[in-house]
Amino acid sequence: MTTSATTGIANSLTTGRLPKWAPWGLLAGSWAVAAVIVALTQAAGEPADFNIVAAIFFGTILFDIAIVVLSALIEGSRQARDRLVTSLVVTAFVVALLPLVSLLFTVVVNGLARFDLEFFSSSMRNVVGEGGGGLHAIMGTLLITGMAAIISIPVGLLTAIYLVEYGRGRLAAAITFFVDVMTGIPSIVAGLFAFALFALLFDDPGIRFGFGGSVALSLLMIPVVVRSSEEMLKIVPNELREASYALGVPKWLTIVKVVIPTAIAGIATGVTLSISRVIGETAPLLIVAGFTTSMNYDLFAGRMMTLPVFVYNQYANPGTDVQVYLDRAWTGALTLILIVMALNLIARLVAKIFSPKLGR
Amino acid sequence: MTTVRTIKAKQRPGDRVFSASTTIAGCIILAALAAVAVFLLAESVPAVVSGPDELRDGADTFWAYVAPLAFGTLWAALIALVIAFPISIGIALFISHYAPRRIAQGLGYIVDLLAAVPSVVFGLWGIKVLAPLVTPFYQELTTNLGWIPLFSPPASGTGRTVLTVGIVLAVMIIPIITAISREIFLQTPVLHEEAALALGATRWEMISMAVIPFARPGIISAAMLGLGRALGETMVVAMVLSPAVVISFVLTGSSNPATIAGNIALNFPDAYGVQVNALIASGLVLFVITLVINSVARIVVNRRKAFSGAN
Repeated sequence: MTTSATTGIANSLTTGRLPKWAPWGLLAGSWAVAAVIVALTQAAGEPADFNIVAAIFFGTILFDIAIVVLSALIEGSRQARDRLVTSLVVTAFVVALLPLVSLLFTVVVNGLARFDLEFFSSSMRNVVGEGGGGLHAIMGTLLITGMAAIISIPVGLLTAIYLVEYGRGRLAAAITFFVDVMTGIPSIVAGLFAFALFALLFDDPGIRFGFGGSVALSLLMIPVVVRSSEEMLKIVPNELREASYALGVPKWLTIVKVVIPTAIAGIATGVTLSISRVIGETAPLLIVAGFTTSMNYDLFAGRMMTLPVFVYNQYANPGTDVQVYLDRAWTGALTLILIVMALNLIARLVAKIFSPKLGR
Repeated sequence: MTTVRTIKAKQRPGDRVFSASTTIAGCIILAALAAVAVFLLAESVPAVVSGPDELRDGADTFWAYVAPLAFGTLWAALIALVIAFPISIGIALFISHYAPRRIAQGLGYIVDLLAAVPSVVFGLWGIKVLAPLVTPFYQELTTNLGWIPLFSPPASGTGRTVLTVGIVLAVMIIPIITAISREIFLQTPVLHEEAALALGATRWEMISMAVIPFARPGIISAAMLGLGRALGETMVVAMVLSPAVVISFVLTGSSNPATIAGNIALNFPDAYGVQVNALIASGLVLFVITLVINSVARIVVNRRKAFSGAN
């Protein structure tokens, strides 16, 4: 934290500076004070449940003020400003963590209520009130996302190969630019596009089916696949390609047998991360895949439920016993988060295990 | 990548097929983007030329219908950006220049974890946890600071206001702004930093003199990309906001401007006829807004060639 001399001897370099433990002590002190104040207001029966989050938040702010005042008194204004920024930067990090912690905590606590066998073994067909589950939604999510992956991975991977190995000039520049632009397409616009496309194609203004959802998701997924695969292909050393050419291997075989196997770990990681990104998309599926309470294994006919839409629907259209519907929504959210986290974990594992042992 | 060859290699059938298929894949992307524009346009036309009685909410023309929605979209996204921007820059600085080197990457993963949470879960959290939590604060704000137009009373009793939406959106765009700014901060020439420190600068003086000037264009485009993400975010708005057809700057009231994306999600499932076209047309407006903002941001980022890997 400070650049002072590390020896414990008191010398002129360390005078006029706060000791190293000062910020930490002050932080602990401020948290304690804030906790006491929060506990007191709680005891006074003000807002019903002010919790530890509030204590940490106000304690950190108290610390920010205290450290600046203390530093200004002892170390001078320049150091005080440095301390201020340091504490603000740390505060920013803590502030960003609060929602994450709160969210994960809430989802786990509320989601466990219905995290049972029934949820994973039954659909919502003919269920009013208690019981029922999200099997139809999980099935729909897997089918629609799987189809989106089947569309996106070849297109994305081939485009990445084009950009790295073949692409020169205006076409490559245009593709690079528009892939960047595509990453910014709002997900709901992708859903509207799939709807507009199939509504015009089949001349059915109320069209809802699973494959449309896959098309919408692949629109969101392709740019992610392209970007990540492109990065991975770029870091394949040129010497490998040149060695292959020198042996008389055609370019396409060089790419298939040398370049792609070298980059495959990174590509697989990128693809897994792109799946985890689209699997939680709600808005496009709400538009084009619709709601249903029954199982549907056919991507090309009939409405298809997906897990995110299931969560939204359980929240937005509850029956008379609201809590039952909310419990199902939270369990759906928990399942969704678990799937996304599992995909992220798999991606990191793949990157770790299969990465080629090249000089890094 | 390869050097210019004077000897022309023999073209094998495999080469032709492979290079053609990669080119086609690239062109599919361009075609898809063009198709998005074309099909949305085709479905939008009936709404733009529609008469006064066919649209919802008693709007006379399509433009009168979409104006408050466009305002709400920009307003909510702007609030999110104002909240998220300083926090993101703080986190990025913390990870790049303050945190101990060994744990910095782990901290980066934690922030990325926020990006992995599906938006519908954020929506559920926003309405069930955050909204009740902030409601008493809104009451306080309107009673004590009601003279500021932003907080003019009465306060919303449910917390389902545009400010709550802004907070949740801010949480959602923090990871993207952080990731890009972090990358750019790390690219600051180390010699500049060391020179500043060697002249006796404190860490903040080093950052404000060496890091920030270097990173300014990148930070701006990071903010714009975050703004683009916030503009298109749907589920949080659909679930948290209690919408109305107004143009109002009040942050804590019960009558909040709806956003384009939220409006589509709420009304699409049971819209019919021209209403569907109107929703699609409003989606096209959203598409154009985000396209412009993202393109500008990308151009700024791409000007710095060394930096790639946004997202």
